[in-house]
Amino acid sequence: MKSTTGAHTGTGTWLLQRASALVLALALPGLAVYFLTALPLDFAGWQSLFAPLWLRVLMLLTAAALALHAWVGMRDIFMDYVRPTGLRLALYLAVIITLAGSVAWLAATVWSVS
Amino acid sequence: MKFRLYRYSPESGDKPFMQDVELDIDPAGKMLLDALLAIKAQDETLSLRRSCREGVCGSDAVNVNGKNRLACITPLSELKEPIEVRPLPGLPVIRDLIVDMEPFYKQYRSIKPWLINDEPEPEVERLQSPADRALLDGAYECILCACCTTSCPSFWWNPDTFVGPAGLLQAYRFIADSRDEATAARLDNLEDPYRLYRCRGIMNCVDACPKGLNPTAAIGRIKSLLVKRRV
Repeated sequence: MKSTTGAHTGTGTWLLQRASALVLALALPGLAVYFLTALPLDFAGWQSLFAPLWLRVLMLLTAAALALHAWVGMRDIFMDYVRPTGLRLALYLAVIITLAGSVAWLAATVWSVS
Repeated sequence: MKFRLYRYSPESGDKPFMQDVELDIDPAGKMLLDALLAIKAQDETLSLRRSCREGVCGSDAVNVNGKNRLACITPLSELKEPIEVRPLPGLPVIRDLIVDMEPFYKQYRSIKPWLINDEPEPEVERLQSPADRALLDGAYECILCACCTTSCPSFWWNPDTFVGPAGLLQAYRFIADSRDEATAARLDNLEDPYRLYRCRGIMNCVDACPKGLNPTAAIGRIKSLLVKRRV
């Protein structure tokens, strides 16, 4: 069969990977410093650490960026190693559900602390 | 000097093997190609491609001690013994050091490596400003030896769908050319998760290029143009 090329996609996902990498590069060290400087922690301290709205928003944003970044990476791996279309779609779906579920779960967790 | 050569003869029915060869040769001022030809003079069954013997035609690209290089411009004196010479990786071997370049050429053809301009031909040449001409520097010098493309793991894995560094460098050469009118169609042709975006920035191509070119930079410029077009 002829190969079909020039899908007019790829630029978007590539940009997404770049942009999410930028967010992660800035946010992860910031979050790490924020949490590590607060150590050692008791439960009250832990609660107050998560009290500010900006922190919860930042955590959610970072998790979303991580999920999007992981999605592009996993998509690339599947494109290289999984050739049957049905199996690849199933794996895409599994990854999307896992990542979206993880972000939603994190949101629920972070907002339930206070 | 000690050599280890990849030998494969499809008619014999034997599997490819590495042949140890001892050659009495003074490495001073000599290139690897000189040694290979001297070995061929001893044993004429050794098959390899070569033509210009001065790094212009690109036909004697081989894998030397793990790196893709042109045998004719690789000084013998800088190689560690035993000098292991293999055919270019990632392409089907026809015999000994000769590979089937068709997968490489197929990708090269796919980027339409010629000037597309439907304007009536001018009386004189299609002129370029010095600045426009300068954009082609580092892109037009490619000799299509395939050292870069066959050192690229993405091409090893997707030779049928990924254009590869040489093809993409040439694609950029025509995208950047002020006389070419098919820029949009060329970008369309490359905007694909496989054709362009299988480049993971490994940069083996830059390391391998015997002409000192930088396909990764050209690929980056193609990506920039695609992004500019989109946003």
